[in-house]
Amino acid sequence: MDFNLMVEVTPLLIEAAWVTIDVSARSMFFGFFVACGLVFLQSFRFAPIRWFARGYISVVRGTPYFVQLLLVFYGGPSIGVRLDPITCGVFVGAFNIGAYMSEAIRGSIESVDSGQTEAARSVGFGKVQTMVSIVLPQAAPLMIRSVGVLAIVLVKNSSLVSIISVVELTYQAQRLIGSTYKPLEIFTLSALMYIVIVYAVMGIIELAYRRATRYTTQ
Amino acid sequence: MKTEHQTDTPMVEIRNVHKRFGDLEVLKGIDLTVNRGKIVSIIGPSGSGKSTLLRSVNHLEVIDQGEILLDGVQVNRPDMNGLAFERHINHIRQNMGMVFQHFNLFPHLSTIDNVTLGPRKLKGMDKKIARELGMELLDRVGLAEKAEVFPNHLSGGQKQRVAIARALAMQPKVMLFDEATSALDPELVEEVNRVMRGLAEEHMTMLIVTHEMTFARDVSDWTMFMDGGVVVEECAPEKLFSNPDQERTCNFLRKHLGDNH
Ligand SMILES: Nc1ncnc2c1ncn2[C@@H]1O[C@H](COP(=O)(O)OP(=O)(O)OP(=O)(O)O)[C@@H](O)[C@H]1O
Ligand SMILES: [Mg+2]
Repeated sequence: MDFNLMVEVTPLLIEAAWVTIDVSARSMFFGFFVACGLVFLQSFRFAPIRWFARGYISVVRGTPYFVQLLLVFYGGPSIGVRLDPITCGVFVGAFNIGAYMSEAIRGSIESVDSGQTEAARSVGFGKVQTMVSIVLPQAAPLMIRSVGVLAIVLVKNSSLVSIISVVELTYQAQRLIGSTYKPLEIFTLSALMYIVIVYAVMGIIELAYRRATRYTTQ
Repeated sequence: MKTEHQTDTPMVEIRNVHKRFGDLEVLKGIDLTVNRGKIVSIIGPSGSGKSTLLRSVNHLEVIDQGEILLDGVQVNRPDMNGLAFERHINHIRQNMGMVFQHFNLFPHLSTIDNVTLGPRKLKGMDKKIARELGMELLDRVGLAEKAEVFPNHLSGGQKQRVAIARALAMQPKVMLFDEATSALDPELVEEVNRVMRGLAEEHMTMLIVTHEMTFARDVSDWTMFMDGGVVVEECAPEKLFSNPDQERTCNFLRKHLGDNH
């Protein structure tokens, strides 16, 4: 292994790793709102609205993320949607992860015993208050775990945005390999960086999970 | 005069209530009156519609026909919709305490918070005052020392007593019990029954669905026997349990009093 080279390229890879973090974090952030929107739409009594949300989720889950990226980035301009690579990465990431996240959120809400809702309603709590004070706190642990898994998938899938020439970790690594011909060193470094990011995310999830389950250990 | 009117109005009135689940008609025209300060128990075989009736009073089940009144105010309001009904029913429910077979305590809240959440959030009660009220109620059900404990560290009997305290915290006009003791180990039944008897002595109006015939006979002022979604017979418990008019009541009691003694 060429350690000198590794030291030399590390700053460049770290810089690119920030792009990976940035794209993932923003996708996650906006994806959360997409997810909440989808959960909300599925609670409508008017069926076509529910069908729309279900249909959207099915399409996203039934197609590869890679294809979604290519479709929006290269197909978008022909219907007037011209996005710069990073915006496109964030946008597609958010709408992709949002579909999965809505299922995770809905599943965790549905995992709360219906007796809890009944008890809260019987005391006189309204629908919103029941959701906020009773259901969500109990759904939180499962929600954190399953959304956490998605966050990790998102970080790893962010390597795919290299295809639309976002200079994130993987793209940067490929560029450096093109000029140095040292794939082993450079891919090892980039793999290490993914590990650091992924474990940081896992740490955050674990902290949030412990916070949400304080009451079970008390 | 107002006071006279108040004492005359039944606390709960159930008039010709029908309820179906799909093709299955579970309640086929039920009438029942619960007067102020009285205790009415409902007995009957499994599947006869007891829980459905009790849940209908709390509007956890939406009835198809008939009406239910709480202290003269109609609970079910087919004429109301959306937000207006939501406001109406939330207000009505604050006046009814419901106790479930499986307790349904809020596991993420301490015992005291289970009790005070309602008064704090719904009545805007000051935290300190709510706590005092909560402690008083926990003391009444014999669980003051468990105030800071979380529900998963309580026994079934303790959970149910907290659930009763939670319902009482809203200062309800009536308490509804749906087989409050049937999920409990036999040795824990009595501690819950004792709390319920205490409420009876304080003249709390209660509507009790139970499988415990002895308890029903001892505590109630009136007993209703239901079968197949109809009221078969209703009368004072002394009569119902010793000398019922209906053959079906007889058969049911023969089976169940046997179990109890
Ligand atoms: N949500 C529901 N959907 C469909 N059928 C239901 C529902 N709830 C109750 N039923 C049916 O209605 C009938 C009456 O049920 P209910 O729970 O009121 O009986 P019960 O008298 O309380 O019986 P138990 O003594 O076993 O508690 C039963 O046949 C039951 O299967
Ligand atoms: Mg029942």
